[in-house]
Amino acid sequence: MSDHNVFVTESTVAGDDAGPLADRTIAIKDNMSTEGVRTTCGSAMLADYVPPYNATVVDRVLDAGATIVGKANMDEFAMGGTTETSAFGPTENPAAPGHVPGGSSGGSAAAVAAGDADLALGSDTGGSVRNPAAFCGVVGIKPTYGLVSRYGIVAYANSLEQVGPLATTVEDAALLLDVIAGPDDHDATTHDRAADSEYAAAADGDVDGLSIGVITDLIEGADDDVVETFEASLDELESQGAEITEVSLDSLEHAVQAYYVIAMSEASSNLARFDGVRYGPEGDREGNWNDSFAAVREEGFGPEVKRRILLGTYALSAGYHDKYYKKAQDARAWVKQDFDEAFEEVDVLASPTMPVTPPALGESLDDPLQLYLMDANTVPVNLANLPAISVPAGDVDGLPVGLQLIGPKFGEETIIRAASAVEE
Amino acid sequence: MTAQAVEPTEHAVVIGLEVHVQLETSTKIFCGCSTTADDDEEPNSRTCPVCLGLPGALPVLNEGAVEAAVKIGKALEADIPERTTFHRKNYYYPDLPKNFQLTQYDAPICQQGSLEISVEGTRRAIGITRAHLEEDPGSLQHKGGSIDTADATLINYNRAGTPLVEIVTEPDFRSPQETRAFLAKLEGVLEYLGVFDSTRDGSLRVDANISLVDSEAVDDDGSIDDDALADANRTEVKNISSHKGAEKALAYEVTRQKNAVRRGRGVETETRHWDESRGITVSMRSKESEADYRYFREADLPPLEVSHWKEEIPIPELPDARRERFESEYGLGSEAASKLTSTKSVADFFESVAESFDADLAATWVADNLLGELNYRDMEITDVEGRLEEFTRLIELVDAEELTVKNAEEIVLREMLDEGEAPETIVDREGLGKADEGEIEGFVTEAIEENPDAVEDFHNGEDGALNFLVGQVMQKSQGSADPGSVNELLRAELAE
Repeated sequence: MSDHNVFVTESTVAGDDAGPLADRTIAIKDNMSTEGVRTTCGSAMLADYVPPYNATVVDRVLDAGATIVGKANMDEFAMGGTTETSAFGPTENPAAPGHVPGGSSGGSAAAVAAGDADLALGSDTGGSVRNPAAFCGVVGIKPTYGLVSRYGIVAYANSLEQVGPLATTVEDAALLLDVIAGPDDHDATTHDRAADSEYAAAADGDVDGLSIGVITDLIEGADDDVVETFEASLDELESQGAEITEVSLDSLEHAVQAYYVIAMSEASSNLARFDGVRYGPEGDREGNWNDSFAAVREEGFGPEVKRRILLGTYALSAGYHDKYYKKAQDARAWVKQDFDEAFEEVDVLASPTMPVTPPALGESLDDPLQLYLMDANTVPVNLANLPAISVPAGDVDGLPVGLQLIGPKFGEETIIRAASAVEE
Repeated sequence: MTAQAVEPTEHAVVIGLEVHVQLETSTKIFCGCSTTADDDEEPNSRTCPVCLGLPGALPVLNEGAVEAAVKIGKALEADIPERTTFHRKNYYYPDLPKNFQLTQYDAPICQQGSLEISVEGTRRAIGITRAHLEEDPGSLQHKGGSIDTADATLINYNRAGTPLVEIVTEPDFRSPQETRAFLAKLEGVLEYLGVFDSTRDGSLRVDANISLVDSEAVDDDGSIDDDALADANRTEVKNISSHKGAEKALAYEVTRQKNAVRRGRGVETETRHWDESRGITVSMRSKESEADYRYFREADLPPLEVSHWKEEIPIPELPDARRERFESEYGLGSEAASKLTSTKSVADFFESVAESFDADLAATWVADNLLGELNYRDMEITDVEGRLEEFTRLIELVDAEELTVKNAEEIVLREMLDEGEAPETIVDREGLGKADEGEIEGFVTEAIEENPDAVEDFHNGEDGALNFLVGQVMQKSQGSADPGSVNELLRAELAE
């Protein structure tokens, strides 16, 4: 294994002998339950937690013949975009040494970029698959909400997140998506749509006649050299027969605020169960139940997790609920509507995946607000429950840049087809 | 100047109930674990990742629980919405696996219903604000002390995820007695619907809100001035587990509150705990700050379209309809019909008896004899549910004149309940089989020979003499003779 601190736990779990993923190795993000293998979520709170069951996606990759090689590092409870909030130390970007791999699925992207695994699973709540894919120069897909089962994924913000594949090529990522997509009796939000999907076959590079709308609102905040790289890849698509137009979505200026209010609110509830009764650091603590819960949570959670739990609790509180949580839901509905209207005009939408190139390790953690704004291009997709893919578009002085292609609901084939044309 | 007497304020009692009912589904509300506890089950054995709230586990709604709730809604004549959703109620408590409870908030499965009760012959409708589905938490066991002093508290999640319906009433009750009538009626209705098992421990849990208002604020139709109600301090009484308990707890609370007012202390708004064994309520905490549950919608459970369920799900005949039918079909009086229809098993038993016997006989035996003896022993019909066939055979013995009514009522029925024996066993052991005619004729002859004075009195026209002789014959037959036929036999013998 490489020395980029890719895995929290290295552990080999062999899958079935035959299947579409036979002979492939896979890294699993450490927020996906693996029976008998500890699942830490990058947190001291779950440092010793060994699940008694497999997440549905874990069963599916094993049934498809893949061999799990380890549990990949991540931002604590998937809260972060650099993998630096992990209680198990930061992961280094194999494609840009000295820089962060992105996050929160930084270990998953780095595993693929370093060749430690052929494939990886990440989860994407506000960009956590696409962001590290872009920063590490690999491919990552965030599927339509409901395409892939979330059963067994430790929840951060359950109305927003989806499991997504990472790989070095669009076709491999699509192949992994074929394996994990489809309805699951254990997840009531899954959909029948993907039951007979053939995503890998869609990676045929044919964009002739495809209309691509560039989201101008997401160009304005991006670094100039990132935009240049992005535009060069669009020129390439145009030369292959795609039609490039510009679209503007007014709602997007509220997307980051809405995303953080919703995600933090849900997180404050999803993480409430970690109270020391069954999880967390042991110890004899003074006081009543509430004192003991507070002491465990003070000790077990890192600063970013605490910040989000506190803000989320505040946003849901009586007297503030309408001002924050309800308003954020209204903004979310507006974002959805804007995307629906845009897809009446174009087949796919495009933007740089990240407005910046990967920061140096340790450079950005001090300013949470700056980090949150880094998510501007990815969070609208989660708010609107849409599919999106990040595909390498080139680099700026050796630092990878990703192109994000967004499709309509269950439009995975279209974005896979378009992304495969970028590779050629 | 003469001192003017201050009229003491007359108070009216205002009570509203929140009733938690465990639904009798085979599996839990969000997972496939059984809802039925084995007698010797280990703690935390009837669990899975979902009801344990393990990280990553997701709820999947048991539509059987929704169906049961829709049936309740129909029985309570409530509105069923187009679609129903679930919310999270966030609070920290060790019996709550996720530290939030999945419940319903702004789109409960039932809204705006009512249930009619009858107290001392007066019928009144009690308004139902709403009824919603939710999951039961686990249970706590405090080792080596009470909740405050225990060395350790153990948690058992076997109960966690049992489906509950919480039925919330309007503040429509004007006496503790009415709450008892309501709860008894509600239990009956739920049993008729087949969604509830009253024998299950903890299957019915009641919280009651009670306040005193100036009786001037109550209109003739029983409605209450909203402002007066809002101004009144109220206590919430928790830990009530039966309709009898509700009446006792609230009667205590009425007295306590009236005394507090009379002594000038006033009533404090607080939560109180009903201590059944001591028969008192004790203060748990004052409600200065209302808990903030930070409700928000559960995204893991998609909204469920239920608008068509109301039409599609049938419900059986309910107690009120059955009572009316018993009156018209069997010609029963309203009191007997009420008694016979209050619980489904009694009504079913009556109808099976009435199939083979005269309706009056069936009513007498079920409503008066059986229920009377059960009540005397503080037993319920459910305690003898498996033995109803034996009671039918007892009535058969009487109907076939093989056993006298007197012996059947006073000896056989009582011993059946006390000893748990079959009627034939008791008849044989006690020698109660009806005497044959030859034997009785022998007793008649003996009585006449042994009592010449009475015979003479009879011939002199004294009616009492015949009764005396009948008594003599009955005594000789140890009650196994029929007084009517003894009377006839004596008359015939004496006329000769």
